[in-house]
Amino acid sequence: MSAREDILRRVRTALGDGGGPVPVPREYRRRAALSRRDVVALFGERVADSRAAVRHVGADELVTAMAAMLWAREAKGIAVPADLPPGWLGGLEGVRALTDVPALDPAVLAESDGVVTGCSLAIAETGTVVLDGGRAQGRRELTLIPRHHLCVVHADQIVGTVPEAVARLDPYRPLTWISGPPDGRGLEVLVVED
Amino acid sequence: MRIAVFITCWGDALFPGTGKAMVRLLERLGHEVTFEPAQTCCGQMHWTTGYRPEAISLARRFAEVFRDHELIVTPSASCAATVRTAYPRMDPALAGLRVYELTELLVDILGVTDVGASYPHRVTYHPTCHSVRALGLGDRPLRLLRAVRGLELAGLPAADECCGFGGAFAIKNADTSVAMVADKIAHIHETGADIVCATDDSCLAHIGGALSRLRSGVRAVHIAEILASEEGAGERAAAGTGGVPGRIAERMTRRVRRSEAR
Amino acid sequence: MRFADAARPELADPSSRRTRRQAATRARARQAEATAGLPDWERLREAGAAIRDRTLRDLGAHLEALEASVTEEGGRVHWARDAAEARRIISRLLPGDTEAGLVRSDVTDEIGLEGGNAGPHTRAAVVGARFLVAETGTLVVTDPGESLTFPGTVVVVAGIEDTVPTWSDLEVLLQLLPRSEAGRRMHPAVSTRTGDLQLVLLDNGRTRALADETGRAALRCIHCSACRDVCPVYERTGARPYGPGRAGPIGAVLTPQLGGVEASLGASLPFASTLCGACADVCPVKIDIPGLLVHLRGEVVESRRRRPVPTPELLLMRGLAWSMGDERRYEQTLVRRARWAGLLARDGRIRRLPGLLGKWTDARDLPVPPRQSFRAWWRRRP
Repeated sequence: MSAREDILRRVRTALGDGGGPVPVPREYRRRAALSRRDVVALFGERVADSRAAVRHVGADELVTAMAAMLWAREAKGIAVPADLPPGWLGGLEGVRALTDVPALDPAVLAESDGVVTGCSLAIAETGTVVLDGGRAQGRRELTLIPRHHLCVVHADQIVGTVPEAVARLDPYRPLTWISGPPDGRGLEVLVVED
Repeated sequence: MRIAVFITCWGDALFPGTGKAMVRLLERLGHEVTFEPAQTCCGQMHWTTGYRPEAISLARRFAEVFRDHELIVTPSASCAATVRTAYPRMDPALAGLRVYELTELLVDILGVTDVGASYPHRVTYHPTCHSVRALGLGDRPLRLLRAVRGLELAGLPAADECCGFGGAFAIKNADTSVAMVADKIAHIHETGADIVCATDDSCLAHIGGALSRLRSGVRAVHIAEILASEEGAGERAAAGTGGVPGRIAERMTRRVRRSEAR
Repeated sequence: MRFADAARPELADPSSRRTRRQAATRARARQAEATAGLPDWERLREAGAAIRDRTLRDLGAHLEALEASVTEEGGRVHWARDAAEARRIISRLLPGDTEAGLVRSDVTDEIGLEGGNAGPHTRAAVVGARFLVAETGTLVVTDPGESLTFPGTVVVVAGIEDTVPTWSDLEVLLQLLPRSEAGRRMHPAVSTRTGDLQLVLLDNGRTRALADETGRAALRCIHCSACRDVCPVYERTGARPYGPGRAGPIGAVLTPQLGGVEASLGASLPFASTLCGACADVCPVKIDIPGLLVHLRGEVVESRRRRPVPTPELLLMRGLAWSMGDERRYEQTLVRRARWAGLLARDGRIRRLPGLLGKWTDARDLPVPPRQSFRAWWRRRP
């Protein structure tokens, strides 16, 4: 008998007729009982709690804010996904953006002063940004190797709770949930309010 | 109210003072106390040590003995918890016995927190695991203690942590058990209390046994003895004879002296 | 080795005891704060327990669904009856010259995999799974997911019970796990990958545990270690006395369940607890660990009853049960015991007892049982 058949047989023997499906009481909160404004504010607080830097700006201030954040860190060369909205880096002078097409060598990523990406969504209660490799996010390696990550979050991408996030995320995409700066690396979150 | 007492095997044999104090207290509060002489043990020790058939037969016996009683009280949180939580697992037919731990009965059923006791000592209270986690007694024992005249209550650091008794654990893992009680005793000493009290004579035998071995001077006393103490009776209670009234107390004291002299 | 014997040297090491105590104090405070921060924590625990029960109750179907999803998404599922078979599969998937990193988990430890951390030059990886979603074929890990980006083979080793039925179950589990494990609102990193996995599903005693209707609940475990952090026994002894398997209260349950209660470690672990209940209070999937320990103690005792020569403990416990089965026998025992105790007592206390009970008096006095039991006093009351 193959191991597969053997294990499945043992499982079925162990369980007998099983006794029917177990109902799951889903009485927990799916949404936060907060206004949009408060959800965005909570996200900012929780990100700051996680020791990441966070800034809130209006849509028209995005470009200058990003430039200021990169200059403050004296960044010279940064990595960006190929489909980063071109406007985001419009205000940059003296910072070279290395586009990840063709894929940048890990050594180049390691040498860079950071990476700038967007995100798929963000979770207020946990101060989490989630990347799924979609628009403005690039492949997973892009945010794993550089020593700094500047993540742009649009206010309408912020959900209140984990259940809201799980419901919106596509399980078939490679997801990376980031809550706070990874060991030895920096994280800045730029919240763009409409 | 008519209240049946379950004294527990441990209490009957080793700590009769606790049961006597409980009886005295309930009678002082104007209740009628009954004792079923057929009672022995609830089966806890056998159950938690893995002796299932023995435990179940003791549990059935308990249910038989107490079947006709509306209200049963015991000076042991762990025995009360056994009847309430373990019995239904042993046999669903054993569910529903109304056994209360003493402080629970006083506060919830009899509705008293000031039982008219007097106990002029500095006392700390150790919430036993079964009283906190199995019965959820919360601050009921503390409310009762706070109302005792002359009693100075000292908060115990890390109070919720197990003392290390654990029934068979105290024997089978004696070293770890003792390591745990050593830490408990260090916390008791931090409080500066002369007396440590609790709702379970089993945990108190462990804590008190270690305190006694160390000649620490701090005594372990069941909360029933404190609540039963009256003006002028504090000294007797503290000496462990439970302040039994009149001639019996005197005789017992003489007997203790005689045995000490030997 | 028995737990009690293995614990002795650990108890005698004050510096590790201090370290563990400090770590436990910090972990308990963090955990309490993180769980108090969610108004629906108890409801999440209810849901988490039910999700895990649902998984186990119909595990065969969920495993087949998982296999179908993983295969559909371009991966493959391998089945391992035990640790040796799992290691053989892994070495077949990653031939000797492969540069493979290891991301450790309880399961990789269980099958005895060793290796360095995965680095940027590693070509392949062996990783443990936090969850495997049957519905979608998704692997969930709670690290930044470096290993999932390696160009070579990604081998995932998981216990058959690490499955969860649906994607939406993660909305509960990803709230319970980080708060219980590290007192955080969320893990610093969570990564998922669907498809393109070489998934090794391990039995190694789990089906044996599954067959025990009561004991089965232990397989709800989501490996958060909260029970260990609050355990007063673990705090004193550390991980070593629990043997090569999981440490702490859930280890005391799982090790005998997976490996049996006949060997001395497996037989002693169910007793390595005071049943204080702190673990059950914090378990995010509401495993009644003390209840399971009592259940396993029953198994240990049953296995010993079959021995030709009864153990001293069995004789003692049987004798006690016999005398307690009748109030007259019981009272005779009390009287006899009081008489013996009188002989053993000195200064109103008993300082040394023979036999099993000598373990008590090694470090603790016993009060002298009064000559008059409660029942004797009651009878003579006016």
